[in-house]
Amino acid sequence: MMQPLLFELSSPGRAGCSLPELDVPESPLPMDLLREELPLPELTEREVVQHFTRLSQLNFSVDTGFYPLGSCTMKYNPKMHEEVARYAGFTQIHPWQDESTVQGALQLMYELQNYLAEITGLPAVSLQPVAGAHGELTGMLIMRAYHLECGEEGRTTVLVPDTAHGTNPASAAMCGYRVATVPSDQRGNIDVNELDRLMDQSVAGLMLTNPNTLGLFEEHILQVAEIVHSRAGLIYCDGANMNALLGIAKPGELGTDVLHLNLHKTFSTPHGGGGPGGGATAVTDEISAFLPTPVAACREPGGADAQDAKYYLDYDRPRSIGPVSGFYGNFGVMVKAYAYLRSLGESGLREVAENAVLNANYILHQLRGYYDLPYDRNCLHECVFSGKAQAKLGVHTVDIAKRLIDLGFHPPTVYFPLNVDEALMIEPTETESIETLDAFVAAMRQIAGEAQRDPEAVLGAPRTTPVGRLDEVGAARKPNLRWHGDHFLEE
Amino acid sequence: MSSYIPSTASDRARMLSAVGVDSVEELFDVIPAEKRYPGLALPGPLSEIEVRRLLRGLAERNADLDHHPCFLGAGSYHHFIPSVVDHIVSRGEFYTAYTPYQPEVSQGTLTSIYEFQTMVCALTAMDVANASVYDGATALAEAGLMAARVTRRYKLLVASSSHPTHRSVLRTYTQGMGIEIQEVRRSEDGSVDASHAQGLLDDGVAALLVQSPNFLGCFEDLAILSDLAHAVGALLVVSVDPIALGLFKAPGDLGADIVVGEGQSLGSPPSYGGPYLGLFACREKYLRQMPGRLVGMTTDANGRRGFVLTLQPREQHIRREKATSNICSNEALVALAAAVYMAVIGKQGLRQVAELSYHKAHYAAERIAALHGYERLLGSFFKEFVIRTPLTPSVVNGKLWDRGIIGGYDLTADYPDLTSCLLFCVTEMNTKDEIDGLVEALKEIAEEG
Amino acid sequence: MEPADRKYTKDHEWTKLDEGLAVVGITDYAQEQLGDIVYVELPQPGDTVEQSQSFGIIESVKAASDLFAPIGGEVMAINEELVGRPELVNQDPYEGGWMVKLQPEDEVQMDHLLTAEEYAAHLETLE
Repeated sequence: MMQPLLFELSSPGRAGCSLPELDVPESPLPMDLLREELPLPELTEREVVQHFTRLSQLNFSVDTGFYPLGSCTMKYNPKMHEEVARYAGFTQIHPWQDESTVQGALQLMYELQNYLAEITGLPAVSLQPVAGAHGELTGMLIMRAYHLECGEEGRTTVLVPDTAHGTNPASAAMCGYRVATVPSDQRGNIDVNELDRLMDQSVAGLMLTNPNTLGLFEEHILQVAEIVHSRAGLIYCDGANMNALLGIAKPGELGTDVLHLNLHKTFSTPHGGGGPGGGATAVTDEISAFLPTPVAACREPGGADAQDAKYYLDYDRPRSIGPVSGFYGNFGVMVKAYAYLRSLGESGLREVAENAVLNANYILHQLRGYYDLPYDRNCLHECVFSGKAQAKLGVHTVDIAKRLIDLGFHPPTVYFPLNVDEALMIEPTETESIETLDAFVAAMRQIAGEAQRDPEAVLGAPRTTPVGRLDEVGAARKPNLRWHGDHFLEE
Repeated sequence: MSSYIPSTASDRARMLSAVGVDSVEELFDVIPAEKRYPGLALPGPLSEIEVRRLLRGLAERNADLDHHPCFLGAGSYHHFIPSVVDHIVSRGEFYTAYTPYQPEVSQGTLTSIYEFQTMVCALTAMDVANASVYDGATALAEAGLMAARVTRRYKLLVASSSHPTHRSVLRTYTQGMGIEIQEVRRSEDGSVDASHAQGLLDDGVAALLVQSPNFLGCFEDLAILSDLAHAVGALLVVSVDPIALGLFKAPGDLGADIVVGEGQSLGSPPSYGGPYLGLFACREKYLRQMPGRLVGMTTDANGRRGFVLTLQPREQHIRREKATSNICSNEALVALAAAVYMAVIGKQGLRQVAELSYHKAHYAAERIAALHGYERLLGSFFKEFVIRTPLTPSVVNGKLWDRGIIGGYDLTADYPDLTSCLLFCVTEMNTKDEIDGLVEALKEIAEEG
Repeated sequence: MEPADRKYTKDHEWTKLDEGLAVVGITDYAQEQLGDIVYVELPQPGDTVEQSQSFGIIESVKAASDLFAPIGGEVMAINEELVGRPELVNQDPYEGGWMVKLQPEDEVQMDHLLTAEEYAAHLETLE
């Protein structure tokens, strides 16, 4: 059933809120500055609640089902986090309050920085970036600042593997870098020989994801690090796939100089439909001076009684790249990540990685033979298949994705990474049961069978959703990006 | 095993057998042996009861606005949040949903973003708005980069009367892009010095970036600034307070080419600085240079109306290094909160919120200015105003805090020429009693000397 | 197959002389690879383009590609029709879907481009 929009439900004179009467004398308003029309809808609270509640029911969500989206780590979002994040002592504190009045908040930030440093093996952490891409930009600006300080203005290129997420080259370009691509080898690793050929004095560094977007651990990582470092380059690690390495290995011990984490992936904070997230960035001591300002700090680390420790925001960072956010980052998201880490501890984190990796390999082995497997080796926390065998029968990955919807699953990541034809990237995460995995495998096997025996079943999908496949071409040719109904906004 | 991991020992045994390994550890053989299982020095796991106790302890060590009158603004505001807002954003179908790349199963998120985009256009009187960016500061930075792309010029003029951190973030974002930034002075009344702006504006300038009401609370004359910028082919970028737009003229009607702003006031709490909401809107002709996500209306094969992410080729996952920005996410849930807020507060309510803030702020300013030793500086304002204090601002704030009041923002570091000044903010959340309490306290503090 | 009255590049552009100006567009193969075109970003009359440099962008729903100039020259005209009807590139890539007309800086550059046969042979290698 089509949902009317707020503007279609609006009726003049309706109001959703009651506000108090003015309790002070009025002051003259600057009449020449007042607006004449304010075209916002007029609805009662009941209508607003009904509208948005119904909209919510049109969404697939982690709470309702399985999202095997590779590189997104759609793990379960613990409800306890939602509760603690809503304590007034966290939500109702103003960022400019005197530091002595928000010691709890500063302590949380400081400790979270330390935990993330411990997990990554990179001692200096900024919580200021609010998204993965934001963390990437931060990290690449740090790389740039470092080289400039070393007098290396000639390092104008950044190397990026052909499997990289699109934000990697985009972030590098936003720092003024030229981007050169390094191909992958037959086993899905970055091609070490090509890297060796490309890595020279004009290169600032390499942006790597490890495990990479094929779900594979870079087998030559130490050699990769050696090549880049020996020629005075830095290694940026995209930490989106950290779920595979928690407690298993530290990127800082594998040659990484700067890394961003996704709190909304690895650390269980909810995706929110596209934010808010957290893109904490961790670096080596050598480049810590370049971190964004400010950083949470403590005056008496390890003091006799933690209650006496004086937490503060350190602004005294003259070599910093500058702030990347208006304030200190998404504090509300940090609270949830902090609660997660306190709940799990080291043993819990290791279990996360082990189960995430086992689940992904289970799916790999159960689907092998039904879909083309471009790199036939065990994966880490995600696996990549190709739908090219089905494509030959006229059933493409996009069709497989839509058919999965009818069978009750959110599709995996599709058409990425770019070096795999008709790619299907599957990341189950550790929070799914074997029953769910088996059901997903059964659905994928069914679709593979349908591709051969009854392609129409796949091509016409989805059939069970409130809307079918939407005309994206029309949406892009004649963009309609806001409501144009009459008595609302004029053209 | 943590309660978030459903696999039992027998589940794992079954999976290991299917995979063909004896233990999970074997799956990590690919990692160099000496780097495996490093051991993490982290505090041990805690049960839910213990975590809640721990977090409550941390929360209680923060003085919050539910328990203390607050007169801080400066880019983060204490405004009314109707209960409906949290009720809706707490629905699992919204907050545990992913980015709406598969539109057939994301019509809830997509529809609400389309409504959000529409209402941002309504507020700002602009042609198109995106699904939001990270916050007001990064929105300003993205606007600067966009203006450079659109005009192919590499100089930006930014008002010194705009938010200091926003200006800093603009510098951070442009440091690798060969873009020069110059600041435009303030005039006596606290607004942009138009003649200084005119002097700096030339055909090398991509945009003039201003904020209205500005950081010091004052209105800018957007019509004049727009004329000056356009005369040299530069764009006018205006950063707004969305609450102010409930009452005052929209920048789109005054010549703005790009409008940005901090949307936190629309239904989100101060939250120690985040998550916030970057508003971003522009003129139709610049649509394809706009960063961030866009949701568009379309139909399916049966003619049913639906919504999709559109114009994605501009974005990082397709254009990669040639993208309009690297931005991959928006602040979807915060934008949803803003959409719910705007829907429930509505046309009448937003105007009322703005009026309440305006009148209360002016009442406070008048009473404080009448006190011996205090003086109000600068010109006409919306909800924030500058007071010169007889004692050092940090001392005044300390003594206010002794009385349980969270005082104003100390301007010493940001505007050294505004010696001994505090920026006070008053909203609909401050009662007359609180304001009178502040005035009494300031009076005593001056008398104590 | 490909019209013989014009020259081609390996990047799937075509160009032919028409009253002294070089008309430029993309080939049928290119439009098919891109899928439904939603937008074409073109330079302005008066702009100069260099041979093999990007002179614009062509977008479909799933991809955005640079348009590379087969020869260098000054942009004398652009196909305004593509603004409202980008689908012309899909429907009629060799005529109605033309993109720009250039004043060639050096007509000799055209001699080094591929003939229709050579371009067809190039396409074979991509299959």
